[in-house]
Amino acid sequence: MTATSPTPLSSPVPFVEAITRYEPVIGLETHVELGTTAKMFCGCPNAFGAEPNSAVCPVCLGLPGSLPVINKTAIEYTIRIGLALNCSIASWCRFARKNYFYPDMPKNFQISQYDEPLCTDGWLDVDAGGQVVRVDIERVHLEEDTGKSRHVGTSGRIHGADYSLVDYNRAGIPLVEVVTRPIPGTGALAPAVARAYVTELRDVMRSLGVSDVRMEQGSLRCDVNTSLAPAGSVQLGKRTETKNVNSLRSVERAVRSEIERQAGILDAGGRVIQETRHFHEETSTTTPGRSKEEAQDYRYFPEPDLVPVAPSLEWTEQIRAALPELPAARRARLQADLGLSDRDMTALRNAGALDLVAETVSAGASPRQARNWWLTELSRRANEAGLELGALPVTPAQVARICAMVETGQLTNKLARQVLDGVLAGEGSPDEVVAARGLAVVTDADVLAAAVDEAIAANPDIAAKVAEGKITAAGALVGAVMKATGGQADAALVRQLILARLTTS
Amino acid sequence: MDAGSDLTRWTAAQMAAAVAAGEVSAVELTEAHLDRIARIDVQVRAFLYVAGDAALAAARAVDARRAAGEPLRPLAGVPLALKDVFTTIDMPTTCGSKILAGWQPPYDATITRRLRAAGVVILGKTNMDEFAMGSSTENSAFGPSHNPWNLSRVPGGSSGGSAAAVAAYLAALGIGTDTGGSIRQPAAVCGLVGVKPTYGGSSRYGLVAFASSLDTPGPLTRTVLDAALLHEAISGHDPCDSTSLHAPVPPVVTAARNADVAGLRVGVVAEFAGDGYASGVLTRFNEAVELLESLGAKVTEVSCPHFDYALPAYYLIAPSECSSNLARFDAMRYGLRLGDDGMASAEQVMSQTRAAGFGAEVKRRIMLGTYALSSGYYDAYYGKAQQVRTLIAGDFAAAFEQVDVLVSPTTPTTAFPIGERADDPMAMYLADLCTIPCNLAGNAALSVPCGLAPEDGLPVGLQIMAPVLADDRVYRVGAAVEGALGQRRGHPLLEEASGVDEADDAGAEAGR
Repeated sequence: MTATSPTPLSSPVPFVEAITRYEPVIGLETHVELGTTAKMFCGCPNAFGAEPNSAVCPVCLGLPGSLPVINKTAIEYTIRIGLALNCSIASWCRFARKNYFYPDMPKNFQISQYDEPLCTDGWLDVDAGGQVVRVDIERVHLEEDTGKSRHVGTSGRIHGADYSLVDYNRAGIPLVEVVTRPIPGTGALAPAVARAYVTELRDVMRSLGVSDVRMEQGSLRCDVNTSLAPAGSVQLGKRTETKNVNSLRSVERAVRSEIERQAGILDAGGRVIQETRHFHEETSTTTPGRSKEEAQDYRYFPEPDLVPVAPSLEWTEQIRAALPELPAARRARLQADLGLSDRDMTALRNAGALDLVAETVSAGASPRQARNWWLTELSRRANEAGLELGALPVTPAQVARICAMVETGQLTNKLARQVLDGVLAGEGSPDEVVAARGLAVVTDADVLAAAVDEAIAANPDIAAKVAEGKITAAGALVGAVMKATGGQADAALVRQLILARLTTS
Repeated sequence: MDAGSDLTRWTAAQMAAAVAAGEVSAVELTEAHLDRIARIDVQVRAFLYVAGDAALAAARAVDARRAAGEPLRPLAGVPLALKDVFTTIDMPTTCGSKILAGWQPPYDATITRRLRAAGVVILGKTNMDEFAMGSSTENSAFGPSHNPWNLSRVPGGSSGGSAAAVAAYLAALGIGTDTGGSIRQPAAVCGLVGVKPTYGGSSRYGLVAFASSLDTPGPLTRTVLDAALLHEAISGHDPCDSTSLHAPVPPVVTAARNADVAGLRVGVVAEFAGDGYASGVLTRFNEAVELLESLGAKVTEVSCPHFDYALPAYYLIAPSECSSNLARFDAMRYGLRLGDDGMASAEQVMSQTRAAGFGAEVKRRIMLGTYALSSGYYDAYYGKAQQVRTLIAGDFAAAFEQVDVLVSPTTPTTAFPIGERADDPMAMYLADLCTIPCNLAGNAALSVPCGLAPEDGLPVGLQIMAPVLADDRVYRVGAAVEGALGQRRGHPLLEEASGVDEADDAGAEAGR
């Protein structure tokens, strides 16, 4: 598949430069594996990571004579998704067969939907760095996943493989495809919009409880279409479809890389070939796959083994009424409830900390404290550990407890950080760490008196200044006491004791 | 029981009654049929696989149930021939194709399960046109079956093996599938009763698909009552088949016992006569219509103008579906695998296997269907054919406003000689001219023998068609015709079949 390219050799144009001359148009096709108990058309378990070819039966293996039966829960989930994406739900629709030969397709056709999708014409507002962009959704349809091929050999790819193995556990898992309309007019924001869209879509799916949407496990898979038109032109350029985009970061980088590559081709007077490209995580570049110009004819026709799907209006409305609060509405509510600025919201979303902050607040912390802890101290530690914030071994309730102890003066910020260290190290709850490490602030005047006396004795000059009425000099003595007590002294009390000792005696 | 001492000549209803009454055991019945298969099937070639041990085990289970005083189902202990298109967990399923030769399915079809549950004894799997594509069994990769009326003639198809088995008394009951006439046409040319139930009335789960929207399992038997008993045993909703109907099984057994057509409105399809119909076929058909009139039916002629387009529409829809259904035979998971030398790509192995594994007719239909579904041609071919389908259903609806049943000859001719049409697909396709409209519309139809054509002494079938889910009507009319003709003749028509050399003992040595 090495079609001779009419394109002269060209090198990518730096992004900043590319978008001054070209207007990118992006589009996204996102596949989401539904988290139903059973597969789409049979009773086999829908499970990730099982022994290869253990979750299979005559139906999902496509054995001669077997017939599909629609999983009603998958239909319900798809309607849920359609409603959350503001789509119209078809009152009558059909499945269709998409015919092509490939060893991971048990029947050599995929049961999908073609010209009669279950959900059409919706939209999703996404927030790309503070700018809200409305992404039009063309369709949401339901299909079955294929098996998974593993090419065994040095390259790990089909070319040069010694042999190939196929695992059909994934065959027949319900798969929803969400297709956007082309998204124009995003300019330099195009990569960010692509990322924001997938992020928002992921959050919507998660809130609906229809999928675990784990890109790294392939339960959310994304194809990114990118085309460039000369700035000011209304005509769409030739688009490429980038596959193998397996993380949110990659979505952004794939768009960016395609814009740079295509701009290079167009600058050199070449033409972009309409093709499928593969994204490479390590290099953030794409390489050509199958050319769409020699596209296959899938010979779609209505699946005769299934009857049409006709969800009643009552059922659709029941599903609508049972929809949970969606991420956008939830964010708006939390922002108002927590009194957060737009900038805070962006920071919290980017850090994936919004829900953690909300939970910390509901556990009793003030919004300001909760925000600060998660965005600074905890973010730093998550970064150091290479973990997602939510994966840190500390609960919002524990963070709230630490906040409370700071608020009541039981802990200084410095002590609080030590308590956090203890919790993260698995030493127990904040209270247990405080007790075990003896980290509480010392507020016993008798205990502190000796340290105060020592500090005064060791710094007679400063003590004299204070005694003369230079109250500001007391700070140095407080510092000395704090140092001597390992930071555990109640600084305000120390100050009081110093002043009492030096100004009244 | 006055059916004589040769058990195999009894009707299924007689056998079941005798088993239930303890007059004969299911094992005796099964042994009698296995013996006859061993002797006679070398002439008829009805079976691709005979499961003697499994059949005897099933028969013993029935006898044990009876001995234990447990109730027996209506066909318990009766031996049956199963078309080799249904999956069977204990027998190979080949669909008459090299590409599936020796394939042992890991599951039973719903029909298979229901037969076993009913205590029916499955003797083995019968020959058929490859993947049910054909009207003669000549498209079987394992050679043709022969018509017991005349061994040089075809037994019809695609369920020709089951038909030949029942007509040669190798089995009391047969199961076939009818996609364009594949039960009714072999029934007609073998002098049997064959029924295509309403689509969705009998389950397709485990029936290896030819054309999903048309395939319908049904009975092939020697009497209308036997057909009704078998129809009832295999029918009813199946949750494993989405196209299976949620409706009670029509009262077919009651109807078969109530052979009264007085006052019934019978429509003769005007389009099914004229050039291309053998004179003997039309003679016997017209006599049957007169007979119905004499029994009190009100006969009128009814026009179904779009039936003329049924055959071309069928030869777009059925191949389109088959091109997709048969895509799974790709050598990757089961069945024949050719060219896998460690160097060839999967694509090359698929291509080589399919080129060698499928016969000419199957390839022809895969190509026709692939073309008809292609981008740019879909609307003109598949799309248009579906519109015709709607019009044909409309013709039936209009006709059934005026009449209760429609009648026609089942086939334009009697059994044709083996080899005569093998190289002429169009001539072969015409064998299903009269049967195809019911497949396109999904309604019920039955073929019942109405005599022998004077010119060749071969059986002629009368087709009776009823609306969707009015299957009982075809039984009622079929039983009336069967009863009146039987009375007139004094014996069952099939007794006149003389193609099989009963003295020939060659089968014993040939074995299977």
